[in-house]
Amino acid sequence: MSELDDLYQEVILDHYKRPRNFGVIDAPDRRAEGDNPLCGDRFILTLKMRGDVIEEVRFKGAGCAISTASASIMTESVKGRPRAEAEALFDKFHTMVTSGGAAEDLGKLAAFAGVGEFPIRVKCATLAWHTLKAALEGTQDTVSTE
Amino acid sequence: MKIASHDDFPILSTKVRGKPLIYLDNAATTQKPRRVIDAIRSYYETINSNVHRGVHHLSELATKEYELARTKAARFIGAPDAREIVFVRGATEAINLVAQSWGRAHVGAGDEILISAMEHHSNIVPWQMLCQEKGATLRVIPINDAGELILEEFEKLLTARTKIVAVAHVSNALGTINPVKRIIETAKRRGVPVLVDGAQAAPHVKVDVRDLGCDFYAFSGHKVYGPTGIGVLWGRLPLLEAMPPYQGGGEMILSVTFEKTVYNKVPHKFEAGTPHIEGVIGLGAALDAVTEIGLDAVAAHERDLLEYGTKTLLAIPGLRLIGTAREKAAVLSFVIEGIHPHDIGTILDQEGIAIRTGHHCAQPVMERFGVPATARASFGLYNTRAEIDALGAALRKVREVFA
Repeated sequence: MSELDDLYQEVILDHYKRPRNFGVIDAPDRRAEGDNPLCGDRFILTLKMRGDVIEEVRFKGAGCAISTASASIMTESVKGRPRAEAEALFDKFHTMVTSGGAAEDLGKLAAFAGVGEFPIRVKCATLAWHTLKAALEGTQDTVSTE
Repeated sequence: MKIASHDDFPILSTKVRGKPLIYLDNAATTQKPRRVIDAIRSYYETINSNVHRGVHHLSELATKEYELARTKAARFIGAPDAREIVFVRGATEAINLVAQSWGRAHVGAGDEILISAMEHHSNIVPWQMLCQEKGATLRVIPINDAGELILEEFEKLLTARTKIVAVAHVSNALGTINPVKRIIETAKRRGVPVLVDGAQAAPHVKVDVRDLGCDFYAFSGHKVYGPTGIGVLWGRLPLLEAMPPYQGGGEMILSVTFEKTVYNKVPHKFEAGTPHIEGVIGLGAALDAVTEIGLDAVAAHERDLLEYGTKTLLAIPGLRLIGTAREKAAVLSFVIEGIHPHDIGTILDQEGIAIRTGHHCAQPVMERFGVPATARASFGLYNTRAEIDALGAALRKVREVFA
C-alpha cells in the first residue's frame, strides 16, 4: 500500500478532516466556483485583496480528500502573498502533480507529490487552484478540471 | 457459487496493480466471454464483407450471420417479429431515435412527456431536447426514500396531455426493478405509449416485450456481455413502419434520385450506413451465452450475491446504502460517512477491485438522496461470494486509512 500511503499522507488526511480557512468571506473582492460534477466536488472560493495581495482567502463546499485537502492547504499557502507569487506557486504545484516536477520550496504542498501516481486524481488536486486562478482573473464561469 | 467460470472470460485472469482483478462494475459495462471475442475474430478472419448488397460469397455469409443475430435478439426479448429489431449503437441511441423520429411526429406544444426521477441521463436529455424544440413539458414521477417509484403520483401525472411515458426497467444508480408491467397497463388504459429503457434490465431479468405490453424497448449490447457500440431498439411493427427515418444514407433506401428517395422497409429504414457488423455478430454470441445459462439461473445467482453483498456492506460501520427497494437487481450503491466515494474507489482499486464512483449519469438521483456521488458495486454472472468478502475487507481498509 505504499503508493496509497504516498497519496493519503497524514497532512492530507488532517486537512481533509479539519479544513483550514473554511467558510465564505462577507463582501469578498473576488469570488469563483469550482465544480467537478462527475466526481461530486464543488467549492466556492472567496478572496479579500489588499492591492495585489491576497489578504484573506476562504473556501467552502464538499469534495474528496484530495480536493478538499488541496483547497485547504492552498488557502494557507497563498494567504498574504501577492497575486504573481500565488500564480507562480500554482505553476510549480501543477508541474509537480502532472509531470513529477520538484517538490522543493513547496512546503506542505509537497504532500501532493504522490498524486502523480494517480493520473485520474490530478483533477481533484488542481480544482481549487484553477478556481483561485479564475477568481484572480475575475472569470465568471464555473471552473471544472474534468 | 458461480454460474459462469472465470476461465470463460479472459480478462478475469489478469492482474490489476499486482492483485487478481475483482470486477464489480458490471452496471457500467460487463466483461466479454471468450466466445464473443472469438465470434468477432472469426468474422474478420473468415467472412468480413459488407452486408445486404454484395452478390459475392462472403457478403452472403456475413449477411446471414448479421440477420441471424437479429433473430437471436428478437428471441432474447420475446419480440414476435425480427423485423421489429433495429440495431443501434446502444440504448442511448435507441431512445434518441424514438424521441427524434416518433417524438417529433407526435409531440407538440403543450404536450407532456412523462419520465421518472431515477432515469439515466440518456432517458432524460433526448426528451428534454424534444420538449425544447416542440414547446412540450417534461414531467417526472417522484421516488420514495427507498428509491421506488411512487405509483399514485404516476397515475396523477398521467393526463390527456401525456404523449409518451419513458421509464427505466431497472435503475442503474439504485438497482430498483420498476413495476414496468403495471406502469404500462396503466398508461395503455389511457392510450399512452410506453418506452422502456432496458439497459440495466437485459443482463439481469428475463424480458418479454409481449408480456410487458410496451411499445418500445431499448438495451445495450455491452451491458449484456456483448461488444460496445451495438444495441437494440425494439418497437411494435406498425409503429416502426409509420415512423419517419432517423438518419439518411445507404442501407436505409430502396432507390434514390435527386427528386425522390424511396425508403427501405423496417428495420433497414433505421439502419443508415454500413452497420456495426462485427458488433451485431458479437452481440448474437453474447445473447447465446446468456440464453444457455438461462436468465432464471442468472437472476437466482444475482439475488444470492445481492443478499450476501447487502449483508456484507451493512456490517461496515458508517456505511449507508442508497437504494433499498424491495425489488432490486444486483446493484449496491453506497456512501460511507466522512469518506468521499472517489477516495473509496481509489483505495479499492489498489486492492484490484473495480467499482464505480460518481453520479452514475443520474444526477437527479444524487440530488434526491442529498449526496454528491456514491460508490457502486454491481454484480454479474461471474462474480462470487468470495469476491464480496474481498470487497468487505477492502472497505474496512478504507476506514482504517481515514480513521
